[in-house]
Amino acid sequence: MTRYARTLRLFWGASISAEMEYRANFVFAAVGSVLTLGGALATLAVLYQHGYEMGGWSWPEAMLVVALYTLLDGFQRAVLAPNRQAISEHVQQGTLDFVLIKPMDAQFWLSTRRLSIWGVPDVLLGLALIVYAGSKLDTPLGVGGYAAGLIPLLLGAATLYALGYALATLTIWVTKAGNITIAMQALLEAGRYPVPAYAPLFRVAFTFVLPVAFMTTVPAATMTGKTGLVWVIGSLGVAVGLLVACRWFWRFALRSYTSASS
Amino acid sequence: MDNTTTPHPALQFFRVVRRLLGVWYAFMLTYRFEIMLWMVATALPLIMMGVWIEAGASGLFPDITAVSVARYFLAVFVVRQVTVVWVIYEFEFQVNSGRLSSNLLTPIDPAWRYITMLLGEQGARLPFFVGVVALALLIYPAALRGEDGSGWWLPSLWQLGWFVVLTYAAFTVRFLIQYTVAMLAFWFERASGFDHLIFLVFLFCSGMLFPLEVLPDGMREVLMLTPFPYLLWFPATMLATGDVELMPGLAILAFWMVLLFVLNRMLWRRGLRHYSAMGA
Repeated sequence: MTRYARTLRLFWGASISAEMEYRANFVFAAVGSVLTLGGALATLAVLYQHGYEMGGWSWPEAMLVVALYTLLDGFQRAVLAPNRQAISEHVQQGTLDFVLIKPMDAQFWLSTRRLSIWGVPDVLLGLALIVYAGSKLDTPLGVGGYAAGLIPLLLGAATLYALGYALATLTIWVTKAGNITIAMQALLEAGRYPVPAYAPLFRVAFTFVLPVAFMTTVPAATMTGKTGLVWVIGSLGVAVGLLVACRWFWRFALRSYTSASS
Repeated sequence: MDNTTTPHPALQFFRVVRRLLGVWYAFMLTYRFEIMLWMVATALPLIMMGVWIEAGASGLFPDITAVSVARYFLAVFVVRQVTVVWVIYEFEFQVNSGRLSSNLLTPIDPAWRYITMLLGEQGARLPFFVGVVALALLIYPAALRGEDGSGWWLPSLWQLGWFVVLTYAAFTVRFLIQYTVAMLAFWFERASGFDHLIFLVFLFCSGMLFPLEVLPDGMREVLMLTPFPYLLWFPATMLATGDVELMPGLAILAFWMVLLFVLNRMLWRRGLRHYSAMGA
């Protein structure tokens, strides 16, 4: 376990020093994140201008969902997306073989090797907005309120990871499946709004087909006390289920992987 | 009369463009699976439709109903599918790798290569998005039938004609914006970074996230002077209700087209002088 922790530190340290070669990128990323978040909040303001409350969610509550989405999206862009991208590159170039022979779990290696600074501004903005939105609620959140969101948020992140990794695994069979995860990322943008804000059919789809609900809505609802333990348990079920499925799917894919040299 | 003379240059040009279109269409057909995924990746208008149908049904917004926004966002989805432009990635790659050089040797401006490439891709995309729209109307028939006394969604021929014209005008402006920014690739390695920032402004100002009717009047009037509403809201509203001010819109569209075109050609000439890759 300590070996994995140490490796992780080396991976991310190396990634960060490599990214620091392109500091201008960070400026682009930061400007982009501010514009995106500004646009999301302005869109909320447009929706709330006539006293409409999306699915009965108040303005600070909706803002909390945007904040959680920004945080998760930052995590996705910093850690998940660059690694998913690398999987298809490894398969295309035949370098997956080198990863598989390393004395370390290949899924861990492939999930953590890269870290991109593109997501970092989103993470920071997301965290700041969570604190701000929480303080604007009718009953402002205390430390306990923020902490209550931690577990469902981690479960949401795990769900996001498992879903993306499973889809990225498809590249073992279809080399050019990298676009699948990009399409998934686009659909997950639905997580900017609480699921009750959507028309009925969308709600079903975003809960049971693409589990957007468990990524941002459930953590926000738990923090504000809108829902009870049931949804957190549901969230746990979804996260564990998807993690197990993703692990199984990865192993299954490896069995049909004929390496670059064979 | 000498029959061996080459055809009139204009005729020759149309032949080349037609041939390029055919080639790119065939090329894109081999990427059907990717193209379907790209369509999913640009389905944001359909997500926003889910939010706005609920908002419209609340009756709190003076100008919109559930049915009217459903129609609006379906139209936005269609316009978006026919105006997806990614020339900057291709151009940036060609400049950075030096492959632009071989395109410069052909007797036709490389821009035509990119335009036909994008049109070819749209052709390959067509069956997918027509299918999605048909499916959406099947799932939510109220958009077609009308539930709020607005009657069937039957755009007049006049509306349909203008919709097609305005959609291709939108494509032209989007192409000109991106291809002009792409010229920065002659000086910067990552010109697409600039386009991404413009895209974020486009998202908010174009009507992708909300129909512009819901904005306060003053804000909308200012927005209408920028090119962004003409990229989605203008053509989409023409199809959804036909309730747009056509003449001022066309004038502003023309203004931006001319401005961007001039800027583009200027940067192209200066860029080529600056370009020094692979034996140029």
